[in-house]
Amino acid sequence: MSTPGNSAAEEAERVLALLAAVPDPEIPVLSVVDLGVIRHVRRGTDGRLRVGLTPTYSGCPATEMIRAAVRGTLDRHGYPDAEIEEVLSPPWSSDWLSAAGRVKLRQFGIAPPVAPVSSPRRLWQATPVACPRCAGADTERISEFGSTPCKAHYRCRQCGEPFDYFKCL
Amino acid sequence: MSSAERHAAESERELQAARCRYVLRLGDTALVLGQRLGEWVGHAPALEEDLGLANLALDLVGQARLLLTYAGELEGRGRDEDDLAFLRDAPEFMNLALAEQPNGDFAVTIVRQWLIDTWQLQVYRALAASTDTRLAAIAAKALKETLYHHRFSSGWLARLGDGTAESHERAQRALEELWRFTAEFFAPDEVDERVHAAGIAPELPGLAAPWSAQVDADLAAATLRRPAVASYSWHGKRGVHTEHLGHLLAAMQHLQRTYPGLRW
Repeated sequence: MSTPGNSAAEEAERVLALLAAVPDPEIPVLSVVDLGVIRHVRRGTDGRLRVGLTPTYSGCPATEMIRAAVRGTLDRHGYPDAEIEEVLSPPWSSDWLSAAGRVKLRQFGIAPPVAPVSSPRRLWQATPVACPRCAGADTERISEFGSTPCKAHYRCRQCGEPFDYFKCL
Repeated sequence: MSSAERHAAESERELQAARCRYVLRLGDTALVLGQRLGEWVGHAPALEEDLGLANLALDLVGQARLLLTYAGELEGRGRDEDDLAFLRDAPEFMNLALAEQPNGDFAVTIVRQWLIDTWQLQVYRALAASTDTRLAAIAAKALKETLYHHRFSSGWLARLGDGTAESHERAQRALEELWRFTAEFFAPDEVDERVHAAGIAPELPGLAAPWSAQVDADLAAATLRRPAVASYSWHGKRGVHTEHLGHLLAAMQHLQRTYPGLRW
């Protein structure tokens, strides 16, 4: 239950801290907060708490699992009447990955996105992707796509290991 | 109600019907192409391309879900994305006829994908500025995904076209076979004109020049020849389809038609 007297900002902080314990189902080292899919936490004019959730990719199958996990966490921690709103605009970007999330990704063996998505043109720029295992810069792309919509498949020419790369999009 | 009010109400109803039809066309093209790509799963030339095509399919089906959900709401008859996808017959599908063409060999699949990617790039880029904020949000999201799809399809187009004599010949043949379906891309009908006039959608013929420039650049990189002007226009978006759509729907809809309401 929300504690009266606390500011909206403090309440949002508390809810975000709860959601920071909700893992992404496909990359469990990341929380949904790290992933940048929680867009807002605020009280509506009717007094109900509203949590804005955005999908990473239109067809990402994890979206529904994330929604259910966020719902469960809100229910268990005193926010059973909170409403989860789908937010499509602005569209999710890999730029919204948190700094902590980028570190966790690398430690998990997934190379984080190399640069900000300043414009769609950056898809064509060949910025080297460093190997998350040996930090070697001599890597090659094997496939634009990987095991989940948010990843591409790379290989390190220095240590010889294949690795996932979190796509810049 | 005065006659002026009646006229305004009638005009508004017509606009809503045109908007619904327009959104349905976009959604059906994404859905049908996504279903086609899904047929490659387990059959692509290499594991990486199998994953690639499945990922494109996933994005397209995701876009279709957003669009069909919206179309169902605009229609106002209580139909959701699943009703629209699984319980309509071929003449009620409004996809571009190109999307339903069979996979053929890998070159046919790549050329079909690349042609639709280049078309979607133009349409989604323009729709991102639509006065319809919901459609604009869907288009902005789809545009990012389509840019990635185009990188994949134009990359493969160049590798096939500028590859071996065999791959070049197959890519050129696929282009010659599929080119006629592009005449439908920028040929407006009364639905397109109505949504354009209301600021919902771009003027279709105006997209032809930037599309053409993109196509020429990609074809030059792939050392492929642009086929002659397509003289016949299909009317997939008006529900007039090639014989292939019925077969695709039979596979896609079989379960819901046989066991109505089945969930798992």
